[in-house]
Amino acid sequence: MNTSKTYQAHLDEIESKSVYILREAYANFKQLCMLWSIGKDSTVMLWLARKAFYGHVPFPLVHIDTHYKIPEMIEYRDRLAKEWRIDMIYGENKAALDAKQTFPDGKVSHLDCCRLLKTEALTHTLAGDWPRYRLDHDSGKYVLDKNTEPYTGVIAGVRADEEGSRSKERYFSPRNTYNNWDVGDQPPEFWGQYKTDFAPGTHVRIHPLLDWTELDVWEYIRREGIPVVSLYFDQGDGHRYRSLGCAPCTKPVESTAKTVDEICEELRTGKFSNIAERSGREQDKEDGGGLEELRKNGYM
Amino acid sequence: MNIVIVGHVDHGKSTVIGRLLADTDSLPQGKLEQIREMCRRNSKPFEYAFLLDALKDERSQGITIDAARCFFKTAKRDYLIIDAPGHIEFLKNMITGASRAEAALLVIDAHEGVMENSRRHGYMLKMLGIKQVAVLVNKMDLCGYSESVFRSIVSEYSGFLAEIDISPSAFIPVSAMEGDNIASHSDRMPWYDGRTVLDELDAFEERESEEEKLPFRMPVQDVYKFTGSGDERRIVAGTVESGSLSVGDEVVFYPSGKHTTVATFEHFGAGETPSCVTPSMAAGFTMTEQIYTRRGELCCRASEKPPRVSSGFVASVFWLGIKPMETGKEYHIKLGSAKSPCRLKRVISTLDASTLDRVHKDKIDRYDVAECEIECDRPLAFDLTSEMPKSSRFVIVDGYEISGGGIITAASEKKDEPSTAKNLAIRRNVKWETSSITPEMRALRYGQRPGVLIVTGLRDIGKKEIAKALESELWSEGRQVYFLGMGNLLYGVVGEIKTEGEVPARREHIRRLGEVANIMMDAGTLLIVTAAEITAADMDVLSATIESERIHTVWLGDEITTDIEPELRVADTSDKAVITARIKRFMAEKGLIFA
Repeated sequence: MNTSKTYQAHLDEIESKSVYILREAYANFKQLCMLWSIGKDSTVMLWLARKAFYGHVPFPLVHIDTHYKIPEMIEYRDRLAKEWRIDMIYGENKAALDAKQTFPDGKVSHLDCCRLLKTEALTHTLAGDWPRYRLDHDSGKYVLDKNTEPYTGVIAGVRADEEGSRSKERYFSPRNTYNNWDVGDQPPEFWGQYKTDFAPGTHVRIHPLLDWTELDVWEYIRREGIPVVSLYFDQGDGHRYRSLGCAPCTKPVESTAKTVDEICEELRTGKFSNIAERSGREQDKEDGGGLEELRKNGYM
Repeated sequence: MNIVIVGHVDHGKSTVIGRLLADTDSLPQGKLEQIREMCRRNSKPFEYAFLLDALKDERSQGITIDAARCFFKTAKRDYLIIDAPGHIEFLKNMITGASRAEAALLVIDAHEGVMENSRRHGYMLKMLGIKQVAVLVNKMDLCGYSESVFRSIVSEYSGFLAEIDISPSAFIPVSAMEGDNIASHSDRMPWYDGRTVLDELDAFEERESEEEKLPFRMPVQDVYKFTGSGDERRIVAGTVESGSLSVGDEVVFYPSGKHTTVATFEHFGAGETPSCVTPSMAAGFTMTEQIYTRRGELCCRASEKPPRVSSGFVASVFWLGIKPMETGKEYHIKLGSAKSPCRLKRVISTLDASTLDRVHKDKIDRYDVAECEIECDRPLAFDLTSEMPKSSRFVIVDGYEISGGGIITAASEKKDEPSTAKNLAIRRNVKWETSSITPEMRALRYGQRPGVLIVTGLRDIGKKEIAKALESELWSEGRQVYFLGMGNLLYGVVGEIKTEGEVPARREHIRRLGEVANIMMDAGTLLIVTAAEITAADMDVLSATIESERIHTVWLGDEITTDIEPELRVADTSDKAVITARIKRFMAEKGLIFA
C-alpha cells in the first residue's frame, strides 16, 4: 500500500475537486445524468458521487449498451445498481444492431461501428428521441422509461492523461445540438466558476475526473475499497483487461496481477509504468486523430 | 503540484514541456514512437513540441491553442504541467490553464526578447493570484549562450514585474531544444550557477499553508436533505476556501446573517469522519438549530472577521468577451456560489495589460483590464482582494458565456435605505434566538409555508375588503393566517416617526413592516398585508429585510400605476368571491398553502 503522506494528500485533493464539480453540476442542471461505462473510471466517478451526496446518487446513471460488451460487465452493472439503489437507464442503437451494421458482423469499419453503436446511441439516448430503458427496482427488470426529456447536463468520466484530445477538455464542456465539440473555441474556466448557462437545445458535458491519472484511479480504488469488475484481474491465464470496451475490439494485456495491490504496483514501478493504457483499444490506432474525430462528434 | 507554462507565442513553451517529459523519463512508452512515426510519415523533423500538440488543429498551425495537461514526476513529487497558449486570441485558454496552477514558468525567447504577451501573461498571473513565478530565458543557443543578452532581458523584465508587484523566484537561461539547464546544468553557460528548471520546480512551495490561518470561508454549494431515500440529515455542503472549522463552532451565513452551530461533520466512504475541516476540503456538516440557509450564502465563523455585504463594489476586471462590457446592460455575476444580475455602473480607468498604459474609456474592450464599479441586484457577501483573495474573486456572464473575471478592491459605502435595512436584518439574524420548534414542524402542522402576501393597487379599490375576505376563507380552512393593515403599524410600531408623506419615512415604515412580518413568519403565519400603490423601491427595502422569495404581490385594478411587476394581477375587481378564489389558486401554485 502506498501510504506516502504526500500521495494520500494528492488523492484527497483530487477527490475534493471532483466532489466540488459534481456538486456544481447537481446545483445547476435540472436534467442531469451520469454516464457509466462499467469501467474502473466511471465506477470511481460513481463512488465520488456517493461521496459528494453522502451515500445517495441523486441523478440517473446512463449506460450505452452496444450488446458486444463482455457479459460480466452487464451482470456487474445490474448487481451494483440494485445494491446501491441506483436509478439505472440504458440505451442502444436498435436499428444498427437489427441490420447487423456492426464491425463484428463484418459490414462496417471499427470507427463506423463505434460511431453507430456508441456515438449515435448516446446522442439519441441523451436527446430522448430513442427509447430509454429504466431499471424497475421492484421487479428487477428494465422497463421503457416514460421520461423523454433531453439531458442538459451529462457527467462523463474522461481523464486528461488518456490521450491528446482529452487533455484539452474543460471540466464543463458545452456541446451543440448535434453533440459536436468545438475544440478551437472552448469557454474560459477559472476560479472554480464553470459554464453553467447554456442555450436551449445545447447541453454541457461535465468531467469530474479530468485531473486523475490511471494510477490515481487504482490507488483510490484500493484506498476506498471500491468494487470493480473482475475482468481487470488475471483469472489464472496470465491475462487481464487494462481498459474495458466491446469484446471484439478490446484485447487483454499480458499480466499476472490478481489483486488491486498488484495492479497498483504494476502501474507504479512494474511493466506498465510507461505503457499507454489504451494501447489495447482499436479506435486509437487510426491516423493521428481517430479518437479526436470521434470525440468532436460526440464520442466520450 | 500544478505548474503552468506561459509566455509569448513561439517562445518555446511546448518545447520546454516536451523536454521536461523526455528528460524525466515520463513519457508513456508508445507516445514517443507514435509522434516520431507521425513525423516520419509527414516528412517533418521531430520536435519535442509535437508531443503536446496532439490535436490535428494544432499540428497544422504549429501553435498551441488550448491549455493541455501532462503529467510527470521528479524524485520529490508528482507534477501536472499545463501548457498555456501564447497567442492573444487564446487568452481565455491561457487563463483557464493558469488558474489551475500553483506556480508558473514564464518563457521568454532570448533572441526575440520581451514581447507583448510576455507582459500580458505576467499581468494575468498577478490577477489570477499566482505568486510563485520563475522566468525561463529560452533559446539561449540562438544567441550564442551570451550572458549579456540574458542580463539585459532580466533587467528589462524584472522592471516590468516590479511594477505589477511580482517578484520572480528566479531567471534561468535555458535552451529547451538542446536541453541546457532543464534537467541538468549546462556547461555551455558556465557563468550561470543558479538552479536548473527541475530544481526550481522542486523548490516551489505547496499552497494552502497560509490560507489555513485566514478567517474561515466556505461558499454554501447546497443544503442536502434526501428525505425521499429515508435520510433525515440536513447537510450544508461546500468546499472550504480558507480557515478551519470544528464541531461546536458557531457559524454565520452571509448575506442573511443567520447563525447556528456545527453539530457534526458528515462523511461517506473509507477513512474517518473529520472533526475539523481545512482549505480545499469538500465538506458537509449538520447544524444544531435548523435554520434556513441555501446555495449562494457564504459560511463564516462567528468569532472571526465577518465578510463585507453589499450590492455594490469597486473591482479590477479583465474582459474576454468579443462584445465589450458596457454600462447599463444586464450581466450576471458569479461570486463563490452566489449568482445575481449585475451592471457595470462606471469605468474608472482601463489599462492595456501589455504596456501598463492607462486610458479613459466608458466601456471595457476585449483583453482590457479596468478599474470599475459593479452594481448587483442583490447584496452579496465577499472580502477584499488585499485581505482574502479567494473570496474577492468573481466572473461576469454575458448571455450564456463567462466573459470576464474580476477581483474586488473596495466595497461601495452605501447609505441608501435597502443597504441600511439589509445591515439591520443581518444584525438581527446574527443575534436571533432560534426556537427548538423547526420551520418544518410548523409547516407540517399548519399545512402551509409562511409568507407575506401583499395586496396592493389603487387607493379605494377595495383592497382591505378582499384581504379580509381572503383571511376569513383561509381561516375557515384551518390555516394560521393574519390580516395586517399598514395603518395598524402607524401609531405604535412606527409611532415615533412623525414626518408623514416623506419618502424616507415611508421606507422606514416598510422596513418595520418587514421586521414585523419576519417575526410572524417565524411563528409559521401566513400574513396578508394591504398597502396602496407599492413601488419597486418599497419592494427593495422589504426584500432587504425578509427573503424575497417569501414575498408575493397581487395588484388589484386594471391599471398598474407604479413601477412594480406584480406576480398576480387581477384587473376585474367586481366579484369578490372570484378574486379570493383566484388568489387562493395563486397561493397554492406558489406552494404557500398545501393540503
